[in-house]
Amino acid sequence: MPDLLIELFSEEIPARMQGRAREDLKKLVTDGLVEGGLTYSGAHALSTPRRLTLAIEGLTAESRPVREERKGPATTAPEAALQGFLRSTGLTLDQLEKRDDKKGQVYFAVIEKPGRKAPAIIAEVLEATIRNFPWPKSMCWGAGSLRWVRPLHSILCLLTDEHGAEVVPVTIDGIEAGNQTRGHRFLAPDAFTVTSFDDYAAKLKRAFVMLDPEERAGHIWNDAQNAAFAAGLEVVEDKGLLTEVAGLVEWPVVLMGKIGESFLGLPPEVLQTSMKEHQKFFSARNPKTGRIEGFLTVANTVTADHGATILKGNQKVLSARLSDAKFFWENDLRTVAQTGMEGMAAGLANVTFHNKLGSQADRIQRIEALAREIAPLVDASPDLAAEAARVAKADLQSAMVGEFPELQGTMGVYYAKAAGLPDAVANACKAHYQPLGPSDEVPSEPVSVAVALADKIDTLTGFWAIDEKPTGSKDPFALRRAALGVIRLVLGNSTRISLLNIFALRTVTTSLDQYLKGQRAEFEKVVEDIGALADFSDRRSEISQMVNELIASRSEQASTQNLAQGLATLGIRKGTDLLAFFHDRLKVHLKDQGIRHDVIDACLAMPGNDDLTLLVKRAEALAAFLKTDDGTNLLQGFKRANNILTQAEAKDGVEYSFGADPKFAEDETERALFAALDKAESAIAPAMQAEDFATAMSAMAALRAPIDAFFGAVQVNSDNQIVRRNRLNLLSRIRQICLSVADLTKLEG
Amino acid sequence: MTTIQPRSFQEIILRLQTYWAEKGCAILQPYDMEVGAGTFHPATTLRALGSRPWAAAYVQPSRRPTDGRYGENPNRLQHYYQYQVLIKPSPPDLQALYLGSLAAIGIDANLHDIRFVEDDWESPTLGAWGLGWEVWCDGMEVSQFTYFQQVGGHDCHPVSGELTYGLERLAMYVLGIDHVMDMPFNDPSAPIPLSYGDIFRQTEQEYSRWNFDQADTEMLFQHFKDAEAECERILAAPATDKAGRAIIMAHPAYDQCIKASHIFNLLDARGVISVTERQAYIGRVRALAKKCADAFVTTEAGGVAA
Repeated sequence: MPDLLIELFSEEIPARMQGRAREDLKKLVTDGLVEGGLTYSGAHALSTPRRLTLAIEGLTAESRPVREERKGPATTAPEAALQGFLRSTGLTLDQLEKRDDKKGQVYFAVIEKPGRKAPAIIAEVLEATIRNFPWPKSMCWGAGSLRWVRPLHSILCLLTDEHGAEVVPVTIDGIEAGNQTRGHRFLAPDAFTVTSFDDYAAKLKRAFVMLDPEERAGHIWNDAQNAAFAAGLEVVEDKGLLTEVAGLVEWPVVLMGKIGESFLGLPPEVLQTSMKEHQKFFSARNPKTGRIEGFLTVANTVTADHGATILKGNQKVLSARLSDAKFFWENDLRTVAQTGMEGMAAGLANVTFHNKLGSQADRIQRIEALAREIAPLVDASPDLAAEAARVAKADLQSAMVGEFPELQGTMGVYYAKAAGLPDAVANACKAHYQPLGPSDEVPSEPVSVAVALADKIDTLTGFWAIDEKPTGSKDPFALRRAALGVIRLVLGNSTRISLLNIFALRTVTTSLDQYLKGQRAEFEKVVEDIGALADFSDRRSEISQMVNELIASRSEQASTQNLAQGLATLGIRKGTDLLAFFHDRLKVHLKDQGIRHDVIDACLAMPGNDDLTLLVKRAEALAAFLKTDDGTNLLQGFKRANNILTQAEAKDGVEYSFGADPKFAEDETERALFAALDKAESAIAPAMQAEDFATAMSAMAALRAPIDAFFGAVQVNSDNQIVRRNRLNLLSRIRQICLSVADLTKLEG
Repeated sequence: MTTIQPRSFQEIILRLQTYWAEKGCAILQPYDMEVGAGTFHPATTLRALGSRPWAAAYVQPSRRPTDGRYGENPNRLQHYYQYQVLIKPSPPDLQALYLGSLAAIGIDANLHDIRFVEDDWESPTLGAWGLGWEVWCDGMEVSQFTYFQQVGGHDCHPVSGELTYGLERLAMYVLGIDHVMDMPFNDPSAPIPLSYGDIFRQTEQEYSRWNFDQADTEMLFQHFKDAEAECERILAAPATDKAGRAIIMAHPAYDQCIKASHIFNLLDARGVISVTERQAYIGRVRALAKKCADAFVTTEAGGVAA
């Protein structure tokens, strides 16, 4: 069985694209070969900055002949059907066979595809692969029209078996495949011939090329650790950087240097970021102090002076870079010392956040107001929360964050501490961005929690107000992440907060501002549009009251009835929509934690569903309850009661909701059920009041036996209408009690 | 290869000139207008368009008003020099040619670590982009290497290869100088040795003050509008003159585009352009560049048969 070796040799492939390119090359070629009728036993792709390589072992030497029979139209079918069949098979009429079928004579096409030699198939597949390669960005060069990530110089395509090696004849845009490649650009630039994959890999190694990216990464990591260890330091692990650096060199040589004394006072994050972003250096840390004291650079060559010139050059560049960083750091500290964090933040008034949502300073004002409002709910001091909100984004105006955007928040903490602000305020500079992703930590310091919530809720309500909601895969403002952040903050800190009120009020603020700025026509149109909407919220009066207060605080003029009502309706509508978005995110979040979606639906149907902590507490209790025997059986009992009741109500056209009286009870089980319901009701009501869902549910579980006994002994639809009505009303009590805990009708099973 | 190390800034420039002349480039002179980078020279921007082969190299004084540091920063200048090479179609051995130029100025690849690190180039004001690298020597960026894919909104076919050397930075590295003002401009053993600072320290101070504090912004806003209007007017003129000669004035129009671009840079340095306006101004310059490119490709130099 032959082996196939392909090498695509080009100018330097961006490091970040190499991993994906290896996968794509392997998939496109092997899929193509299989489609062409060949099989293989193994394939692996490798790369260096200048080459993409694919080695396929155990390829079949030719494809099997294929015989395919296709049934066509009846011989009596119209001419058009026959012509269609001829076109689809590529045969002529005299090549078709006539065979007898149940319904008469039918045309049959017998298509024989002979087996093909592997080289012909490989040539086609390779050409298609190169021409259709899915590079994230590709280019033309010279006068040609071929596209590749950078100019493609040569193609090696070699089929090797026990008789020797054979070049697969293929020419793509003037590049003829051969059996030659080149070594390291400077250390072994001459072309050489190879005869197999093993020969190729061995000769490359002698020509200063480590072909396997894993090997290069391992080599770099190993040498870096040794060099750091010898200097009494440890390498700061950075897998992303390691992969990138391994993609920048063919022959890695690790060199270690020390960071100049005058830069050691810079924050470690600054040193690390500057070295990584600009120079692709690893940081070496003193394990005793945690200070970054050294760097490791990876050269792509060996030199007669053992890298002395290279290291000196790198050291010089680093010094220039760190001088910049130090300049930024000292400048920023001076700004903070002279004008405080607020002084640093002053320029944010000129930075647009979004053209419909104002400047960053406008946004900070909104976050401050909201943080103050939320503070008492999370046990934070409103004044500290407001202060933290005012300064949390100041570092966006710092020179350091201007240079290294990824240090936003991190620098804020340093600068706020330098400004003498309390730790709780300083820490919020970083923590208010958190959680950044599903695996990021959730802040727990009260001030940070208040600002983090305010920041995210402001973003969400802002974009909801201007109708910039995520659609499908498009979420340019990362609103899904913001919503999940709020959910995790609320649940992680057991925060009790009525989100709907906040959502409603915040979304109307933008509209009110537009109205007050004189853009009344637009606003009045909105009010008119929503005028017809049903008043669907039990929060209507509460929210209307808040809107009235908002208008009063914003405007000298007394609010008109129309304005207040319109805004309240608008707020409720947008707030409810945003809450539904939250509920969707919450379902995903809880599903990951093993809570079924129907359990969540059962709890979402209850009042107070904008209080996520309460909602989840209820869902958790219900999920636990349903895992018990009593729970599942009670659910069956409830469903039975509810079904009978619903059917009777539909048939009779009345709602049975009141008036069950023990005096009409005929059976012992019936009387027992009355007693059990009385008992359960008196236990459930206070438990619900105390939000003690577990107690409420265990009281509900006590109904299981009496309900089962009742259904076992009694026919609800008795001929005696009084008895029947009484029993239906009794069932209604079961429904009412059960539904006061959660909407069990939403549960499956 | 052993090359005698150059001793001055001008020697490095001269060696680059000689090298690229030997490789067949026309050695052009700097464009006589204020530009932000060598790319703005019509020998690059316009000549990258159309089908005619081209090979040119030149020094281009470049101005970036916001980078002024009153001559105090070791690396930053509001006026500096770029060395620019443009060859169309890009030859297959362009990387090797480029490495040869480094050797010519004393960078020995056997002692240094030279790397091609991904860096895609884009000029929003010129409506141009390309793929390539920044070239690192021992961790320092010494050149930009770009295969032009689009200029002025037009696809480049054939593709030009563009090399841009930041001359001061490169020379400081080769000469082992830490502060640009200390760099020998002519030979240090000349009867009158001159440093970079002798020639440019005072001008850096003067221009920094003018760029940041003094340039008359009202006048500049007006100049911007004038340049924009003139560019559009020139391009909208009839294709034939009063004597019936068919002449499209792509280059004069492009001069106005360059002017608008530099005026915008000055206004930016004066801090009178807000973030949102910034995008709008860049868009206006790009619109001019596109119109100039549209006009150029209808001319003889732009590939239309004479």
